[in-house]
Amino acid sequence: MADTVVAAPPAARTGPRTSNAGAIAAIAQRDITKFLSDKPRIVGSFVLPFLLVVILGNTFEPVGDALGYDFGRYVLTGVLAQTLFQSSALGLVSLLEDRQNDFSQELFIAPVSRYAIVLGKIVGEATVALVQGLGILAFGFLIGVRLSVAALPGLLLVSAVVCVFGGAFGLLMMSFARSKRFADQLFSFVFLPQLLLAGVFNPISQDGVISVLSRLAPMRYAVDLTRWFGYVGNPERGRVVQDSLPVDVAVVSVLFVVFVAAGTALFVRHESNR
Amino acid sequence: MSDLVIQVDDLVKTYRKAAVPAVAGVSFVVRSGEFFALLGPNGAGKTTTISVLTTTLVPTAGSVRVAGHDVVRDAAEVRRRVGIIFQQPSLDLNLTGEQNVRLHAILYGLAPYRPSYRAMPVSYRTTVGQLAELLGIGGAIFSPVRTLSGGMKRKLEILRSLLHRPEVLFLDEPTAGLDPVSRRDLWTYLRQVQRESGTTVFLTTHYLEEAEHADQVCVIARGRVVAEGSPSALTQRLVGRSTVVLDGPDRTALAQALEACGAVVTGGPPFEVVGDAAEVQRVISAVDVPLSLVRTHVATLEDAYLDIVGAERDAERAEVAVG
Repeated sequence: MADTVVAAPPAARTGPRTSNAGAIAAIAQRDITKFLSDKPRIVGSFVLPFLLVVILGNTFEPVGDALGYDFGRYVLTGVLAQTLFQSSALGLVSLLEDRQNDFSQELFIAPVSRYAIVLGKIVGEATVALVQGLGILAFGFLIGVRLSVAALPGLLLVSAVVCVFGGAFGLLMMSFARSKRFADQLFSFVFLPQLLLAGVFNPISQDGVISVLSRLAPMRYAVDLTRWFGYVGNPERGRVVQDSLPVDVAVVSVLFVVFVAAGTALFVRHESNR
Repeated sequence: MSDLVIQVDDLVKTYRKAAVPAVAGVSFVVRSGEFFALLGPNGAGKTTTISVLTTTLVPTAGSVRVAGHDVVRDAAEVRRRVGIIFQQPSLDLNLTGEQNVRLHAILYGLAPYRPSYRAMPVSYRTTVGQLAELLGIGGAIFSPVRTLSGGMKRKLEILRSLLHRPEVLFLDEPTAGLDPVSRRDLWTYLRQVQRESGTTVFLTTHYLEEAEHADQVCVIARGRVVAEGSPSALTQRLVGRSTVVLDGPDRTALAQALEACGAVVTGGPPFEVVGDAAEVQRVISAVDVPLSLVRTHVATLEDAYLDIVGAERDAERAEVAVG
């Protein structure tokens, strides 16, 4: 090998550097385009939250009366947070679908950061979830569950945060799954308990085992954060939130970083170390 | 001094939970601008090798440099300099062809992000339009990919993989599943690209005639290199086993004539005579009886490949029998 040299790459072919922001936007747009072209998915994504808001909100109204606050509003904000969090998380399973359809090869051969790829997926699925969230607010309005106008800007902002947080949680869960089938089972396993432990439509006891388990459920902080903003200007807020705002913000921030870092590392390691 | 665009040194890749390595110490080099073909039977390690070269798999051991960069330490730099057409089409069937191409252009930094084709820079639209016309895709590029034929999808992948003008174009069985006309069109275009741009082409294929035009061929079996060289060099090894088939109205006389001149007859009638070019010439000259058939068979790369792989299979069986 003494008389040979590895070819230096010609400057003309190296091309411009890829913008990670552009890559994130392009990957996110792909997921949104797919969602908008999938009519059954659009219909399906609104049906369950709608039923939860209408049925649970009315069925347990007497419970709300006993607790001293509007149970319809309580369920609406809970289901909104749960839908945003869960829909974003489940959307990340599309990374496994991409692997099964061989499209992930195109993504992972691209000269962009792996974080840009997964953040693009998170932003895309978060945007899709946000559209669903707007639908839930509209349903709530139609059935008479009104939130104050002053609460809406903050609620939209926190909805986006919850979506991205859910996407990060989904990324971590998905990184443990080797197939879509396993991922579906895993997601059922982690979401069903959280639905009950996060206080979506049932107040959580502040004592005992349930209280401890509740604090371990990431969805709890998404729901609580949503209620902090959904109840702006409403005197009931003090009775419906579980943690202080700084605690919710801190937990969501720390968990988001951990979920994205660990999820990306695990997923990429699995992809390249088969 | 020559430019090596790919340098593979003692590459080993063992999949998790696998008892034996998929690639067990492969070494080869590819020079800039070459057309290099990696051949081997199913399970030989071709796709594993190409996956390591394109950074989608991390090697277990060994050193691999592509376009001047290490595939493990400088994976991002390697990715910017290679294009790949995978064994399985890697298009998003839910998007249009152009949307697939646009995503690629943005991921490779060829164009800024824009939400629609109309908003993309003129340079992008011009390039895509020209490439689409050149490949005969035309307006179909704006159709959903799921509505395109297999040949169209492959052309779309080629268009996409060449958009960033890669130094090395990896083709992993690119014509698998295509009809003969689509295969021919594809190769016409690929040869044109290589001729005009000087792109190094790295091919794996089961169609041996596609590798006949290669500058270098490397045959692997059971994760190891078992032969390498130019197609003509590989076929040279079979030169002693070229054949000529002879027949005549009087087969008894022909058989006696062949025996008299000492020809090595392996079958017949018609009589199959084995020998190199000079031997074939000598036998035809020596046979002094009327002939109704003279058919020669010149060894091809496919013959050489079957010979090499067959010998390797025999060796494997022998190892199993001994073990």
